[in-house]
Amino acid sequence: MTHSQASTAFSRRDVLRLATAWGLSFAAPSLAPRQARAAGPARPKSLIVLWMNGGPSQLETWDPHPYYKNGQAGSQVGKIKTALPGLEIADLYPQTAEQIQHLNVIRSLVSKEGDHERGTYMVKTGYRPDPTLRHPTLAAIVQHELPSDTLKLPNHITLCDSQWPSWGGYLGAEHDAFKVFNPGMGLHNLEMGVEKDRQKQRKANLSVLENSFRRGRVGQFAKTLHSETLHRALAMMDTEQLKAFDISTESETLRKSYGDNAFGRGCLVARRLVETGVRSVEVSLNGWDSHAQNLSFHKTNSLWLDPGLATLIRDLHERDLLASTVVLCLGEFGRTPKVNPLEGRDHWPTGFSCLVGGGGLRSGVVLGATDPTGQKATPQRPVEVPQVYATILKLMGIEPGKEVLTPIGRPMAFCAGKPLPELLPG
Amino acid sequence: MLTSRPVLPAVVIGLVIWMVWGTVRSGNPDRNAVRRPPETVPQDLSASVQRVDAALSKHWATEQFTPAEPARDLQVLRRLHLALVGTVPSLAEIRQFEADTAPQRIERWTERLLKDLRYYDYFAERLARGFVGTEQGQFIVFRRDRFVNWLRDQLEAGTPYDALVRSMIADTGLWTGVPSTNFISAAVADEVLDENKLAGRTVRAFLGQRIDCAQCHDHPFDHWKQADFEGLAAYYGQVQTSLVGMQDFPQHEFKVLNTKTNTEEVVAPSVPFHPEWLPSAGTRREQLAAWITHPQNRRLERAIANRVWGLMFGKAYLDPVDGLSDPPENEPDLLDVLGEDFRQHNYDLRQLIRVIAASRAFRMDSTHPTEDEQVLERHTQSWAVFPLLRLRPEQVIGSILQGSSLSTIDRNSHLFIRAIRFFRENDFVKEYGDLGDEELKDQAGTIPQALLRMNSSLIREILEPQPLGATLRIAQLPPTDAACVETAFLVMLTRRPTAEELAHFTEQLREVSGEDRMQRVEDLLWSLCNSPEFSWNH
Repeated sequence: MTHSQASTAFSRRDVLRLATAWGLSFAAPSLAPRQARAAGPARPKSLIVLWMNGGPSQLETWDPHPYYKNGQAGSQVGKIKTALPGLEIADLYPQTAEQIQHLNVIRSLVSKEGDHERGTYMVKTGYRPDPTLRHPTLAAIVQHELPSDTLKLPNHITLCDSQWPSWGGYLGAEHDAFKVFNPGMGLHNLEMGVEKDRQKQRKANLSVLENSFRRGRVGQFAKTLHSETLHRALAMMDTEQLKAFDISTESETLRKSYGDNAFGRGCLVARRLVETGVRSVEVSLNGWDSHAQNLSFHKTNSLWLDPGLATLIRDLHERDLLASTVVLCLGEFGRTPKVNPLEGRDHWPTGFSCLVGGGGLRSGVVLGATDPTGQKATPQRPVEVPQVYATILKLMGIEPGKEVLTPIGRPMAFCAGKPLPELLPG
Repeated sequence: MLTSRPVLPAVVIGLVIWMVWGTVRSGNPDRNAVRRPPETVPQDLSASVQRVDAALSKHWATEQFTPAEPARDLQVLRRLHLALVGTVPSLAEIRQFEADTAPQRIERWTERLLKDLRYYDYFAERLARGFVGTEQGQFIVFRRDRFVNWLRDQLEAGTPYDALVRSMIADTGLWTGVPSTNFISAAVADEVLDENKLAGRTVRAFLGQRIDCAQCHDHPFDHWKQADFEGLAAYYGQVQTSLVGMQDFPQHEFKVLNTKTNTEEVVAPSVPFHPEWLPSAGTRREQLAAWITHPQNRRLERAIANRVWGLMFGKAYLDPVDGLSDPPENEPDLLDVLGEDFRQHNYDLRQLIRVIAASRAFRMDSTHPTEDEQVLERHTQSWAVFPLLRLRPEQVIGSILQGSSLSTIDRNSHLFIRAIRFFRENDFVKEYGDLGDEELKDQAGTIPQALLRMNSSLIREILEPQPLGATLRIAQLPPTDAACVETAFLVMLTRRPTAEELAHFTEQLREVSGEDRMQRVEDLLWSLCNSPEFSWNH
């Protein structure tokens, strides 16, 4: 069993190692190296999570059943055939239907958490909320385990507004996601807003102040990582890699295809970030909590999700990036098979759906099935979230059961599940 | 590039100007403070402090540690302000503090802060995080705002801590009218009260121990058994939400599913140790409350001593704050010494604060002559040198706001608090990364924090030269360049510049006037806000 230290109580060696890694990264050319720019399966792997905040209905997305009748279970929309023979999805997703053969559909996710905050925690981390410990999200684990020497952007980025953006938990606050609330619309906080000579003066001032603070506190000061963090921030302000956030150089056709809305722009920026070498990107789409008027919520959201998701898959595929990029689309739970008196659906943590694919996973697999009558809560071939995450971690070359020591010295496995053999490459 | 939220800075600037204007309009900002009678320090304080110091000194002697030198008074003043009111002291406060040259001026200043409205507000939020966390909980039945306001009022009234705890555990009524009951309703999820969550939280918040894992299995390292957990949870087995709020229903039983037989079994309430502390009368919750707050229950006083130590230093005496081992059996440790003193002073939280604030550990410098990193680490762990700890987002933004106004933002504290709340819910805290319940953990800084401090339009607009702002006043009012630099250091870092710093910065101001001078001062203030010294407690 290997234990690596996740505490912020850095040893001298850790600090030196970090400083060296970062120091080297300042010296390296600002463009991504050939390895990161390469395409195909040999490329270092990245993860894009499309987070459906609020919990989408499986019945109006990837797991449609016959049309519901009053008081009974069923979908509120029709079905369409997809490019994957035998697979039908909700007819709100014609564009996704053309790309879904690149992905897999899991229709039998089960979780024990039916509250938004707890469900989000469970589904983002693979662990139930624990009052004594905060687990890192899957995205945080991936970027923690797959650092990059040449990347000057943060390795863990969330796009669009999100109530609980991806977090580092016990890995430390420095592993929280870098948050961009309005992707593709420019970044804030990356320019000092004063002329070059004043910037230079300010940096010179900082080093005077840093020197006086460091006096007598050399070791303690090193542990704060203040200086390294500041220099990383300054390097980020200066790097060419920031262009990854700028979608104005993309063709208008492609931008339109992703959708001229926050989520669509987020998906496009996500592709550009992955291209630049960022390992973990989360794009959030809010507004799935359809306790009343479920159909109208799902119609509205499909106008954003369908083009964003479908174009992302197509674009990644066309650029030969899909083989190295895992795409996962899911929310904190599904919604009740029965429609309530307000024409809405309530929370349903048993038997909900997700899409997952790319990165070298098999494709075209449909796992599990839910009861069309909505009587049986437990689906066929139930799949737990940690199983999905173990699959993704293993695929990305990270041992799912790897244990790290939390800051209080408690050993904790990244993931408590076993990979799904159906999805792993043969 | 564009900022995505242009409205925020404008509103903030509006608020700041409003606050500052309020101070100016009503004349001399320090008038009230000056008129206030001098604070008196309790006579027995030094005896209490000596016992605390002795406990630590003894440990240092055994380990052959060389404790750090005492810190300068202004440095201690900064720590006190950050811990008790959440911002650095204002220039006006520094001047007043320095005008007092009699012995025990820090002790007197502590007494003053303990009566400051900002202290009630700020400390109530910190304590609330320990009691109910930061989750928003179930809509309607959980009113966190009411709970925090209630705590605030108790701090102002000086309610003894044991009474506070009894209220939280045992009060009945509506979460709005009897806000203490929000401790219970915070554990409502999906409209059902979670007795297990409450049991776990009760032990963590009030006894400083974690029994949560005993919910499913026996505790790996302490004596807590699964049955202990269920027995404690059963004390909450009769409370339910009703139209009149939290009520106890004596006919209810607490049932647990036995996974072996797959049947529900009634679990009777029981405590894991010292059942003789239980009273014979009262509701189950009242009995539990009496047991938790029994004067012989050392865990209660040890837990709050550890938490308040954490709030004063930024890190609990024993980490994690709610993961204490069982109390030592032979020799009392520092938490016992603090706890006993706290109990003997009628569980007065102010006593706990004033003793810690006057202790040698709190007054210690954060520099140490040793160059051996391991030696330094061991000194830090044993509080033989003051630790460097990251400030919370509220402290950072609060300090920048305070630093950008030369007078104290206090008599408008309701507005100030509103501004802080406003930030809390907005990008600054969100982007800076609120640590939530985990705020007493040792954390490194992050890149978004550095970017936010350096470049955010909010900071830019606060520091821009504008009427009544610090930049303009510092550029124009002090008679010399050196005085100008000194003022800037005092408002931001609560200290005077070193000779080297003074030389560096006065050079930038030499024979510069008008707009250029204002820009240089703005750059100076910006640099001070972005220095490590500003965003770390030290």
